[in-house]
Amino acid sequence: MSEHIMSSKLYYGIWITLMILTVVTARVAFIDLGPFNTVVALVIATCKALLVILFFMHVKYASEKLTKMVIISSIFWLLILLFLSLTDYSTRALGHG
Amino acid sequence: MSDSPIAVEEHGPELRHHFETVEQQRNAASLGMWLFLGTEIMFFGGMFCAYLIYRMNYFNEFAAGSRSLDVWLGTINTMVLICSSLTVALGVRAAQMGKRTLLVILLLTTIIFGFAFLGIKGIEWYDKYKEHHIPGTSFSADDLVRDYPQIHIDQSHEQLYFSLYFAMTGLHALHMVIGVGIFAFLTFHAWKGRYTPNYYTPVEIGGLYWHFVDIVWIYLFPLLYLIDRRPLG
Amino acid sequence: MATAAITAEREHYLNKDYGIRSWLLTTDHKRIALLYLASITFFFFIGGFFALLIRLELLTPAGDLVQADTYNKLFTMHGMVMVFFFLIPSIPAVLGNFLVPMMIGAKDLAFPRINLLSWYLYIIAGIMMLHCIVTGGADTGWTFYTPFSTAFSNTKVVEAGLAIFVAGFSSILTGLNFVVTIHRMRAPGMTWSRLPLFIWAHYATSIIQLLGTPVLAITLVLVVFERVFHLGIFDPTRGGDPLLFQHLFWFYSHPAVYIMILPSMGVVTEIIPCFSRKRIFGYHAVALSSIAIAVFGFLVWAHHMFVAGISLYSALIFSILSYLVAIPSAIKVFNWTATLYKGSITFSTPMLYAFGFIGLFTMGGLTGLFLAALGIDVHVTDTYFVVAHFHYIMVGGAVMGYLGGMHFWWPKISGRLYPEWLGKFAALIVFLGFNLTFFPQFILGYLGMPRRYWQYPPEFQVLNVLSTAGSTILAVGYVLPMVYFLWSMRYGRIADDNPWGAAGLEWKTSSPPPTYNFEETPEVTWEAYNYDQIPAPVEVSVER
Repeated sequence: MSEHIMSSKLYYGIWITLMILTVVTARVAFIDLGPFNTVVALVIATCKALLVILFFMHVKYASEKLTKMVIISSIFWLLILLFLSLTDYSTRALGHG
Repeated sequence: MSDSPIAVEEHGPELRHHFETVEQQRNAASLGMWLFLGTEIMFFGGMFCAYLIYRMNYFNEFAAGSRSLDVWLGTINTMVLICSSLTVALGVRAAQMGKRTLLVILLLTTIIFGFAFLGIKGIEWYDKYKEHHIPGTSFSADDLVRDYPQIHIDQSHEQLYFSLYFAMTGLHALHMVIGVGIFAFLTFHAWKGRYTPNYYTPVEIGGLYWHFVDIVWIYLFPLLYLIDRRPLG
Repeated sequence: MATAAITAEREHYLNKDYGIRSWLLTTDHKRIALLYLASITFFFFIGGFFALLIRLELLTPAGDLVQADTYNKLFTMHGMVMVFFFLIPSIPAVLGNFLVPMMIGAKDLAFPRINLLSWYLYIIAGIMMLHCIVTGGADTGWTFYTPFSTAFSNTKVVEAGLAIFVAGFSSILTGLNFVVTIHRMRAPGMTWSRLPLFIWAHYATSIIQLLGTPVLAITLVLVVFERVFHLGIFDPTRGGDPLLFQHLFWFYSHPAVYIMILPSMGVVTEIIPCFSRKRIFGYHAVALSSIAIAVFGFLVWAHHMFVAGISLYSALIFSILSYLVAIPSAIKVFNWTATLYKGSITFSTPMLYAFGFIGLFTMGGLTGLFLAALGIDVHVTDTYFVVAHFHYIMVGGAVMGYLGGMHFWWPKISGRLYPEWLGKFAALIVFLGFNLTFFPQFILGYLGMPRRYWQYPPEFQVLNVLSTAGSTILAVGYVLPMVYFLWSMRYGRIADDNPWGAAGLEWKTSSPPPTYNFEETPEVTWEAYNYDQIPAPVEVSVER
């Protein structure tokens, strides 16, 4: 973790952004975007998560690459679980199940 | 023990003796917490996998179940957690700058936000109980069938949505409770003056844990509450 | 060469403090390793006891020793205890805990108190599991398949699941400790390329423990929730998919087998160079193959589900990936062989176990490839072929590596030498007993005998009798080391710092080591396995 002391103004800025994004995601859910509702919701959630990770958790200022490796690996492993499970579920209906 | 004649680095009692420097100790603690958060991603991830599969297969039931949740309570709770993340981040900053009173206030505020979140969650769960949406023998989705005739709902499958709802929000709430406990510990020690600009590692890594619990909720909110809120035909 | 008088005066980690509090509240990684040694040995014999009952029942085709329901509990508890309370912790918690800090030149692990917590969690889990056993046990198989485990079994499923959940937490914390230690606590000059391959193996193992165990944890929690709170996540009557349970379960439990084998491979990679007096062939290939096994191991889990109902296309993908995961293991076998070539070989007890490992692991691994082929798997899955396959790897591989490692590092751990002739004798008994127990099972499986059945057609009896006979011999082979290790602590010859003339920082400090491992923090300027610079021991500490 870095010794770098962040400005409180930056924290408040991130906070406001997160609050706005929360309202946005709630309101957009009521607008019909077809299949993109889910995409938009997840994209906004990911933006919020990134803001928390990079700024509140100081990862943007982390001197160690290892921290970022741990985060990326964990997410990647979760994606392995999700996608390889999907190779089963999404292909069951194709002919022989 | 380092018995070398070279001047031993000045350190307080918080340097454990198997470490050479305070820096090494802090880096180790930080890496340890990040690895632990990685395990938590996989822990919650198992439930996200179940959620993904069942939402794919039973979208209608998931949509109906999602509509039965109170969007505004969910939004407020999300905002409560975001505010708590702010107080945590400001708290770490206060510790870095040696501002003891400010640190204690911010830690206490974080705890209050935590209780607020849990309180609202309790209200939501009680609502589910009243609506007979708790899975088990008394479960009934008659109200959903009645309220959303445009959605074809299989009541037996509806229980899957609520099973996941309770499992996911329940485990998240448990992590919140643990977080409040951790912060109570931090508040007590902060009040005792234990954290200084030279040593505030527990506040830092406690903060990481809290932010993680916040991030889990950031994903739970749209995935549980906002599955399909489009106006019905 | 230490004399008895000097050893009696010198302070080391065993005589530094006496009394039960100094052991139960220790944060010394070496003492914690011994606490684990006692505990996992205890559970090994519990699991072994269940195995003997199973083999006794299978002496005759009829189900005449126990009821069918009881038999289900026997193989379930045998599996649960052996996997979660013996194999998963074994090498990492005993040898890893003891050696990882020493091999990298550190005073202790990064988080000594978490290390102690790890052991206490293991003990709590063990008590829960013992209570589960004495109040009837579970009968679902160690695999907990739903909906039997969630909706139909009337046995102690919740208790077993929670015990394993707690044990999993212990495993996660051990892995976490190792990763942080290896990253942050290496002595000056100990670069990644100078690390003993035992460390690389434990690093890879720890990654699996960190990333895989939490998924098992949540899966067991969901099973418990379903039984206790009636949440129907896996309930087919409510739209749940039993296969989802299997996907989540095997996502951990396949990489778990690599948790069980990688440390053993690490042990073998230390033993072979020492008793060939040669640097390991292809250091980087072996190091990277450990990481490759850890990564690829997560991509193959559904090969346990080929006939369960997954889609054929998915099965094809997992089959191909399962072939790929064999490659890094094969690389290790080639490199061990190349290390032996033109080496100056000593057939010490550790070396005998290492040879046993190479042969038996190779057989087990190759039969895994048979199973990875969809066409063959359809016929031999859920038969004794599978049982033989995994016992060749787990017992012929992992346990032999564990025993080899215990013999190799025993002088360092205890400051005493075990009787070498007894060591060799026991190793031979283990090897013979093992093959007699499990080779017939390959044939039985191929001929069609199903696993987890308490009775079988009479034509299978001869092979079953051979297998049971082998298991009794194997049991003797396991009891012997326990006896002579204990004996040696009091009566064994005093060991000096480096009785084997081995490379590695742990051999540069006294046997047993001081509490903080080294008098001064070492500074490393040499490559690993520098056997060209280390003279062979004058007497190879082989005593009659």
